[in-house]
Amino acid sequence: MTPVQEIAEIFAVQKVGEYYQFTVVAPGVASSFVPGQFVAIAVGGEQSSMLLRRAFALYGATPTGDYAGTIQFVVAEHGPGTEWLVRRRAGEHLDVVGPLGTPFRLPRRTVPAVLVGGGYGTAPLVPLARQLIESGSDIEFIVGAATASRLFGELAARRVAGTVTVTTDDGSAGHRGRVSDVLPAAIKRINAHVVYACGPMAMLRAVGDVALAHAVQAQVAVEESMACGVGVCMTCVLPVRGEDGQSRFVRACIDGPVFDAAQVRWDDVGTLPPDLVGADAMGA
Amino acid sequence: MADMTTKLGSFTLPNPVLTASGCAASGKELQQFFDVASLGAVVTKSIMLRPRSGRPTPRMAETPSGMLNSIGLQGPGIDAFLEHDLPWLAEQGARTVVSIAGGHVDDYVALARRLYGNPAVSMIEVNISCPNVENRGQVFACDPAASGRVIGAVRRAADPAVPVFAKLSPDVTDITLIARVCADNGADGFSLINTLLGMAIDTDTLAPALGGVTGGLSGPAIRPIALRCVWQVRETLPHLPILGMGGIRTGLDALQFVLAGAAAVSVGTAVFGDPSAPVRVLAELERALDERGFAAVADAVGFAHRSVAEPVKENA
Repeated sequence: MTPVQEIAEIFAVQKVGEYYQFTVVAPGVASSFVPGQFVAIAVGGEQSSMLLRRAFALYGATPTGDYAGTIQFVVAEHGPGTEWLVRRRAGEHLDVVGPLGTPFRLPRRTVPAVLVGGGYGTAPLVPLARQLIESGSDIEFIVGAATASRLFGELAARRVAGTVTVTTDDGSAGHRGRVSDVLPAAIKRINAHVVYACGPMAMLRAVGDVALAHAVQAQVAVEESMACGVGVCMTCVLPVRGEDGQSRFVRACIDGPVFDAAQVRWDDVGTLPPDLVGADAMGA
Repeated sequence: MADMTTKLGSFTLPNPVLTASGCAASGKELQQFFDVASLGAVVTKSIMLRPRSGRPTPRMAETPSGMLNSIGLQGPGIDAFLEHDLPWLAEQGARTVVSIAGGHVDDYVALARRLYGNPAVSMIEVNISCPNVENRGQVFACDPAASGRVIGAVRRAADPAVPVFAKLSPDVTDITLIARVCADNGADGFSLINTLLGMAIDTDTLAPALGGVTGGLSGPAIRPIALRCVWQVRETLPHLPILGMGGIRTGLDALQFVLAGAAAVSVGTAVFGDPSAPVRVLAELERALDERGFAAVADAVGFAHRSVAEPVKENA
């Protein structure tokens, strides 16, 4: 799973709701991708005044066959970097680094699993769903968003999982409400042993709470802002409880983006908890 | 092919391109993209005595041709560094410049003693200028007397075979004044420059963009300031070597620093956008020296200081 840096030709850009789905030719990334991993993409061209890469969860990779060596990822336009990116067209090239990060861990034996995607956070769950089903797991798929146009991957999820539960905050599609509202029933329907989720922090936290209440493990992929994506800059940290019981700031890019929800100290994200390892040295 | 060998005091490097402190961790992550032993040296993230958590997030804000960071020197401390990171660097065959930081003169002295006699340490860079310390604006490097005390104490405590470089802040009225005091106290050279203290405000939350409120500005946005600092210190103290840094993204950027007087350069923020930037900059610098007829990088160090009465063509 060693990451590579590739100059990747764009094969296709498709508008999907409010998102842009990219397919690019990046054989080095495609050959070792595992669901939950991401790519970091340079924006603005060689003389760009935007120095930092943008990170996107991988939606899929095709190492062999008709589209050999392609990868897919999904972009939401929300700043100058992504504005530049979504204006790229087939035939242009992107500077891509990947695959990066700690992927979702598959259970050792086949167990029922619920997958929960918020907005374009559904993207990394689709290839995961495919893997789980191939290994014989029962799955439930929940996709949610604030409104219908911000849903992503509903059709792909339906194709993989058979059925999908949809929620929107405003009721413009599926159930009115949050993904965490429908999660308890989904867990019970298949007697799930694990929940996989990707989406905004608040959603991941809510999913983690529901999973904990049902004594089910939750693996969640966080979206933290990153500068390098490869583990050298230390900007994408969040407070996480370690196996030794001590909490540390750990890097979302290397130690994550997938974390055990019960280990993340959601209340303390964005703060410096005094019991964190090394917090006592900050006053010095 | 130009001879790329260079010297930082008594430390001889096979080439003049290094990583920059805080932009390469301890080398391991970048080894996935290039051989860290192929660089002049790896400059470590600043090492402190104890484990340190760093500041709360958000720790980073992108700015035009730059970035602000308020990481706050997160690190595992000297024990873990000596146990894991330094031996790993030595195994790779990489030369290592250890950056050290502390809150008191005693911290720096203790760190220098812990590094004493360790064959894996090629040089010590004394970070007296990180803006991400508790007492912002009062970093050692803004106070000539405090700078002199730290550098003098480290020079006395450190292995005499290992050069001690002072890393200075550009956030001062006259950087040559600080450099002079450091030189008087035994600095073997200078690392120029650390980040500048800056700030950004998020217009959606209507609050400072960084958890630490203010942060260090780096990247090409600060390159002209860094180059000016290298130029001024070279002019003032031409006998002391300079490790130049600040927004270097290409070989020609590096060449500007060399011509201004840097014997070697560090590639920092560029690594965040391009993990293989240091080796690319090295190849580009070598080509640029060849194209300009320099037989050795050493011949180009400080070359721009020559008077206009001596045209470049006659000397190149």
